[in-house]
Amino acid sequence: MEVLLQQIINGLVLGSMYALIALGYTMVYGIISLINFAHGEVLMVGALTSWTIIGWMQQAMPGTPGWLILLISLLIAFVVCGALNFAIEKIAYRPLRNSPRLAPLITAIGMSLLLQTLAMIIWKPNYKPYPTLLPAEPFQFGGAVITVTQLFILGATAVSLSVLMWLVNYTKLGRAMRATAENPRVAALMGVRPDTVISATFIIGAVLAALAGVMYASNYGTVQHTMGFLPGLKAFTAAVFGGIGNLGGAVLGGILLGLIESIGAGYIGPLTGNVLGSQYSDIFAFIVLIFVLTLRPSGLLGERVADRA
Amino acid sequence: MKSNKRVNFLVVAAVLLVLPLVLQQGGNAWVRILDMSLLYVLLALGLNIVVGYAGLLDLGYVAFFAVGAYMFALLGSPHLAEAFPFIAAAFPEGLHLPIWATIPAAAAVAGLFGVLLGAPTLKLRGDYLAIVTLGFGEIIRVFLNNLDRPVNLTNGPKGINQIDSMKFFGLDLGKTNHFFGFEIPSVSMYYYLFLALVIVSVIICHRLAHSRIGRAWMAIREDEIAAKAMGINTRNLKLLAFGMGATFGGVSGSMFAAFQGFVSPESFSLMESIMIVAMVVLGGIGHLPGVILGALLLAALPEVLRYVAGPLQAMTDGRLDSAILRQLLIALAMIVIMLMRPRGLWPSPDHGKMPVESIKS
Repeated sequence: MEVLLQQIINGLVLGSMYALIALGYTMVYGIISLINFAHGEVLMVGALTSWTIIGWMQQAMPGTPGWLILLISLLIAFVVCGALNFAIEKIAYRPLRNSPRLAPLITAIGMSLLLQTLAMIIWKPNYKPYPTLLPAEPFQFGGAVITVTQLFILGATAVSLSVLMWLVNYTKLGRAMRATAENPRVAALMGVRPDTVISATFIIGAVLAALAGVMYASNYGTVQHTMGFLPGLKAFTAAVFGGIGNLGGAVLGGILLGLIESIGAGYIGPLTGNVLGSQYSDIFAFIVLIFVLTLRPSGLLGERVADRA
Repeated sequence: MKSNKRVNFLVVAAVLLVLPLVLQQGGNAWVRILDMSLLYVLLALGLNIVVGYAGLLDLGYVAFFAVGAYMFALLGSPHLAEAFPFIAAAFPEGLHLPIWATIPAAAAVAGLFGVLLGAPTLKLRGDYLAIVTLGFGEIIRVFLNNLDRPVNLTNGPKGINQIDSMKFFGLDLGKTNHFFGFEIPSVSMYYYLFLALVIVSVIICHRLAHSRIGRAWMAIREDEIAAKAMGINTRNLKLLAFGMGATFGGVSGSMFAAFQGFVSPESFSLMESIMIVAMVVLGGIGHLPGVILGALLLAALPEVLRYVAGPLQAMTDGRLDSAILRQLLIALAMIVIMLMRPRGLWPSPDHGKMPVESIKS
């Protein structure tokens, strides 16, 4: 029982990170129907930027409380990632908006590779320990353990999701975003500037990715230039799982995927008599994805039929 | 005009035949690059059937390459005999089946996997399909990495070695052969084998594109609903496209296994799938000369540059080593070429009209 509770907590933590990343994918996809393959790399840049800032601050001003350092590094990561994703869209996606559908996908993959390579050159390829800045003393919770970092992750996810929902549903920008997602041409006729809206979407997505990156780094304690790839891939799976283009779906898909992965990894060993171990946990996401798409091709909450023949 | 074409053809043929003999003067490494480029051409041609003709974006193509390579490796190495006593009892020397058994087996199993992947994804289109195929590629790689227990089938991350080289008609491509007093090393022998395979594949692909099946694939690519309305059995044809593409992958995989003598899951990462897609798309999707150009460019150019990277590495105190430089160049090529020429370097003249034009000429 304790194992189950522990795996649920871990799953929720993992799932909220997936949800934050998946939102970036789903917003971009909703508006310009593009898989932004470089999204996972934005996460990685966010984590590495914050790692650099933290290292620098700990040297330059010792004695600063850990949460303050984390907050400042987080804010700087927001700015860096926002600017980066803005630039990516402007350079690699905007000129190709009316090209064959595969062209922007290839530039997206190219961007992802480019960012990974540049990060490897800038930060060197080794694994770097990410310092624990929040109190390391964990809470006991019905036999399971939850760390302060994990609580911070859950809290920050809840806050940022509420802010995002408010932004999309109750502000002028949010209305413009929804209008552009519905039909960019008509939205433009109504006085919305699609380019501005698309840029704003990329920046918001990047901020969420940077947040997720810092969370990921604090939770696992290491950063490296390839760290963005797998979470990015799984978060995209989560977005498809929930129904791509649908914000609520991305959150639901992310959290469900986190739970499935974590519970699955905890139980696959005993259930199969240790024939299959937790090293298979990385493929749960894809197996779930294949099942969901076979049974319900538009995802859990997706309404639109994926029909762009 | 016509004789001009024939002269061109003869010149190209002569250059292709002599090329390895010239390059091997500079060392076998250069011929190796050539061999790998030809393998990539083979893979790109196979993927072109799926992506270019049928319009199904497959980001997990390397899985079929892996299946073919492992199949060949299992049937042509001592590994299975070491892992399973009953096989060791039957084949005390280890399983060393002739290539007439291993290559068809590799092709068939890969083709079967292609259909297996195709079946559940028939309803999906575009990006959904891309992500499912990507996931499939990862699943295969994870299994290859972990199937060393409970039974040691793939030998895990260590991979399988001591794979037989290509042997046929008393010819062993793994050794240096002598013809008419010429000494032809193993890499050059493989070059001729791969070249022959590429030529056969080009002919198959060309004929396919202009056949009833090829035209049906293109109809599905352009508008699936309309194609269905015209009486095309879209389900079977899509499965056929997956199966055919995968078979090409499987054959290339067995070539790769024999050529390297060693396979491990590392060679079949997602990066490889992406490279192959990039070759097809950068070259000119659905257009054979374009695909070949794309494959040669992306496979050979970075390898060649690897040899001039030494000074650069010294200049940047080791940060820019050859592997990083190669990755950087591929990434930049993908972005820049797409921005300059969104339809590829050498795109097909006009989609629907291709067969008609060729009849006229």
